[in-house]
Amino acid sequence: MRYVEEFRSQDLALKLARTIKRECDPDRQYNLMEFCGGHTHAIFRFGVQDLLPENLRFVHGPGCPVCVLPIGRIDNAIHLATEHGVILCTYGDMMRVPASGRKSLLKVKAEGGDVRMVYSTLDALKIARENPHREVVFFAIGFETTTPPTAVAIKQAQAEGLKNFSVFCNHVLTPAAIQNILESPEVREMGPVTIDGFFGPSHVSSIIGSRPYEFFSEEFQKPVVIAGFEPLDVMQSALMLIRQINEGRHEVENEYTRVVSREGNLKAQALVAEVMELRRSFEWRGLGLVPYSALQINSAYETFDAEKRFEIPAIQASDVKGCECPRILRGVKKPTDCQLFGTVCTPENPMGSCMVSSEGACAAYWSYGRFRH
Amino acid sequence: MCLALPARVVSIDEQTDMAIVALGEIKKEISLALVEDVQIDDFVLIHVGYALNKVSPEEAELTLAMFAEAGLVERDS
Ligand code: SF4
Repeated sequence: MRYVEEFRSQDLALKLARTIKRECDPDRQYNLMEFCGGHTHAIFRFGVQDLLPENLRFVHGPGCPVCVLPIGRIDNAIHLATEHGVILCTYGDMMRVPASGRKSLLKVKAEGGDVRMVYSTLDALKIARENPHREVVFFAIGFETTTPPTAVAIKQAQAEGLKNFSVFCNHVLTPAAIQNILESPEVREMGPVTIDGFFGPSHVSSIIGSRPYEFFSEEFQKPVVIAGFEPLDVMQSALMLIRQINEGRHEVENEYTRVVSREGNLKAQALVAEVMELRRSFEWRGLGLVPYSALQINSAYETFDAEKRFEIPAIQASDVKGCECPRILRGVKKPTDCQLFGTVCTPENPMGSCMVSSEGACAAYWSYGRFRH
Repeated sequence: MCLALPARVVSIDEQTDMAIVALGEIKKEISLALVEDVQIDDFVLIHVGYALNKVSPEEAELTLAMFAEAGLVERDS
């Protein structure tokens, strides 16, 4: 496939690896956090770490939308299906995430709840059209990449006068979370994690552009390189980070120029701004309450807001005992540090959210890296 | 969840703002609601049934050239 294969060339990967090795200062440690689960997945799938020197460590961040959604919100979605009797539509990755009492949307479905997996928000609209006498709720999750499609669906529902469609909005924002990793008080409690540089997300950045990271890199004096998802992209970006670190620079650089611009996708941004607004604060699994880190549907479109249409209480639910997801999502611990990893908790029977999505750090370790560590 | 793939635009339906794209051998219908000025044979990045952005062929070439340059072994090793 074009724009995929060229960016996976093994020959070039080996050459890049040599350059990285040459430029890494053996007397220092390079801790590079990839925020985004897509990078975590690529790093493991292609064994990028194996090609790089020991003193360069990837720290896996909280950028997997399935992994950061708190259990209480999944409980809410389950209640919508079981108690309010709605048709609950959601993306496939959400189906198996364990909620309170080890329930999941998949189990609810097996027990007769009307939960439907959709590939796109357009499918959810179609279901609403086909079931005019049922309430259809789209359980929306995801970062800035997945938000614009939700906004389009809401606008479309309004244009069509679809009265039985609403959205349970759980969209979250990347820059707020990256900032939280470095500055929140919990960082001290959980133990220090030193991060020397960040890989900026690929597809989130294609929407928001590289500009939002400029404040961050300046404020925290950390280099950010926006990186594509293919293995060569990750390696080149690592090299760019190493060079910045060696030279004491902290700038936003963009390796993924074939898709990401400084401004981002203005049309998509405008659509989101029309339909949604910032939440004052939102709970992230692993990070706790993060100010201004999520979106809700604004008052102009409130008829499509499931939180206005149904009673959706705030539920405080705790994670499975022993699950280290919160620390793993902050880069303080590795999946193999968790006692449940690979014994009680596997992708077939996940205990925590980091094991559910293939972009979660635990699942990536299990599927690709378990023999290494 | 966050995966998005580059696909070639095969046909466009202006009326519905939808397009058929080719992902290797596979054809898929996607929405163009989030992008502008898309032409047939452009490559777009596909995510959850939508084109998120166009892929710039010029920038892709520049990036590949940058890899090649970075990978040049000039010194000792
Ligand atoms: S291995 Fe399972 S239980 Fe342990 S941190 Fe990962 S998801 Fe949680």
